[in-house]
Amino acid sequence: MTHLVLNELSQTYSNTDKPALDRLNLDIKSGMLNALLGPSGCGKTTAMKMIAGILTPTSGDILFDGKSVLAIPAERRGAVMVFQNYLLFPYMSVGENVGFGLKMARMNKATIEKKVLEMLELVQLPGVQNRKPSQLSGGQQQRIALARALIVEPKVLLLDEPLSNLDAHLRDEMRELIRDIQRKMGITTVFVTHDQEEAVMLADKIALIFEGVLQQYDEPDVFYNQPGSLRAAKFFGGVNFLDGEYAANQMTTELGTFSAPRSSLDTGPGVLSIRPEDIEFGTTNDGDNTISARVNSHVYVGTYTKYKIDVNDFRFEVIAEANTKESFPDGSNVTIRFPADKIWILPKG
Amino acid sequence: MNRIIRWFAMTMIIIWVVAPFIPLWLWSFSLRWRFPNLLPEVWSPRAWLYLLKPSSGVLDATIDSLVIAVVVTVVSVAIAIPAGRALGLYRFRGKRFMEFLILAPTIIPGLASVFGVHGLFLRYHLANSLVGVILVHLISSVTYATMVMWGVFSNYNPEFEEQGRVLGANPIRNFRYVTWPAIFPGIVVAALFSFLLSWYQYLLTLIIGGGKVQTLAMLLFNFARSGDRPVAGALSIIFMIPALIVLFVTSRYLTGENAAVSGLGGGR
Ligand SMILES: Nc1ncnc2c1ncn2[C@@H]1O[C@H](COP(=O)(O)OP(=O)(O)O)[C@@H](O)[C@H]1O
Ligand SMILES: [Mg+2]
Repeated sequence: MTHLVLNELSQTYSNTDKPALDRLNLDIKSGMLNALLGPSGCGKTTAMKMIAGILTPTSGDILFDGKSVLAIPAERRGAVMVFQNYLLFPYMSVGENVGFGLKMARMNKATIEKKVLEMLELVQLPGVQNRKPSQLSGGQQQRIALARALIVEPKVLLLDEPLSNLDAHLRDEMRELIRDIQRKMGITTVFVTHDQEEAVMLADKIALIFEGVLQQYDEPDVFYNQPGSLRAAKFFGGVNFLDGEYAANQMTTELGTFSAPRSSLDTGPGVLSIRPEDIEFGTTNDGDNTISARVNSHVYVGTYTKYKIDVNDFRFEVIAEANTKESFPDGSNVTIRFPADKIWILPKG
Repeated sequence: MNRIIRWFAMTMIIIWVVAPFIPLWLWSFSLRWRFPNLLPEVWSPRAWLYLLKPSSGVLDATIDSLVIAVVVTVVSVAIAIPAGRALGLYRFRGKRFMEFLILAPTIIPGLASVFGVHGLFLRYHLANSLVGVILVHLISSVTYATMVMWGVFSNYNPEFEEQGRVLGANPIRNFRYVTWPAIFPGIVVAALFSFLLSWYQYLLTLIIGGGKVQTLAMLLFNFARSGDRPVAGALSIIFMIPALIVLFVTSRYLTGENAAVSGLGGGR
């Protein structure tokens, strides 16, 4: 169990001037799983390599249980990274791959063999120890790579996009396996992904990173309910935004004034945001936060219907649950309501 | 059908490899063999008996040849691994110049470079010595060994080493257990080239060795020039045996799954 802290961790590669990772601060409590989330190239792998000790930070510090580990070389640091492309040693059997870390720790052969079998059991691939990595499927190789990391009982487990090379159903399975094992073993884990749903499903906390800069570090639901920026909101699937001026719990926009007590800013120019499933449909134009609109088009997606709604030159997306709402034909006039407690005001830009 | 093709191929290969030896064997057991005759007129083991006598110098020359070739091979490979790695994996200032420097000996005739260094060798008492001969053999051996390792490392994923490190391998054990097995087939090929280049080298040995260093290649040349064909034939056979052994032992690294270039290719 290790408490992992990153303190202003930065990396500027020698052939560039813009930092690949710029002053990252994270605090991962013992036994927790945190996700590093961001688009490709935002510096996630860079951060992992520095934690693992195979890349020296340009500045900043890495602390395990309050002590800096910068002076400890990778092989003794105890932060094990599972690379995105598995990297199973092709000239070793699967069993030798899994036992590699224990062999490096000079453990005796019999113990290694025993532990290898236990690990294969844990990742639900018993009996493959004598095969070559090339004889396994991608999903199986991923499990072996995980077993090879877990066998050394790392202080910190670093998983670099472990699901991105798998197809959909394998991904669900693998995600659950990772979560189960991580809970059971209580290993402090950093999980890298560019997929926000994956991060939400797995992580205790998510660090959202754009272009090497930490945008927001919060529990998953906060990213949906109270995103810190327009970009964060968009990354988490936000689609409805309306510019305006915010003052005294009121948002004044081109489409009128909305009461909006929830806001990330006190006053000034901002952006009104509301999730598609939070917008309410109706036909009567009374009540607060209600505006007249026109249905542009809709798609029926089984459990819900997705509408595109026009208000003057603005377009909103609305999701209505199929069983509770009457249907509105394209071109019909409706009213939509933005419930005050569902609106979230973002800073502009 | 497949079988027939395979037998045909095998036969062709055997003929290809063995055929050139037949005249050598015939010559080595002949006492007189003149032109229109298909076989020697008079047979005799004279050449072989002569070469087996210590006074023939065959044993000494074999030892010299072996010592030179083995040292050249070890040094070439030891240089080729880091050089090939630098060229294949890293970008650095002056890389193009380094590439040119490495490739230069394949274009510049060995003779030209040897005349260039001869004076230098004389001054530093390297001419007419084993060390001097080893140094000139290294010029081409290092080049070819480096080219082989360059290819190996161009197709090598250094992340495997990072994986080894985080799993607890210190740099030495990481080289031993991760890097070495991945580049070993390439090393065998580089070593084979170095060994054969040195083993068959004649001209550079003659110039720098000044006749003081007698390798098998030199001895063979002397007999061939003196016109004693039976002895030259027998010596040719002796000369080729170590090379054939080396080639045979290493052949499985030259083709197929174990081919030198397979490395840790790409990682996936
Ligand atoms: N060895 C390197 N040298 C120079 N730039 C690099 C190196 N590795 C990564 N980068 C750059 O740093 C940025 C972050 O890369 P990376 O950490 O791999 O992103 P991610 O894992 O989030 O996709 C990218 O712009 C990438 O091109
Ligand atoms: Mg990455």
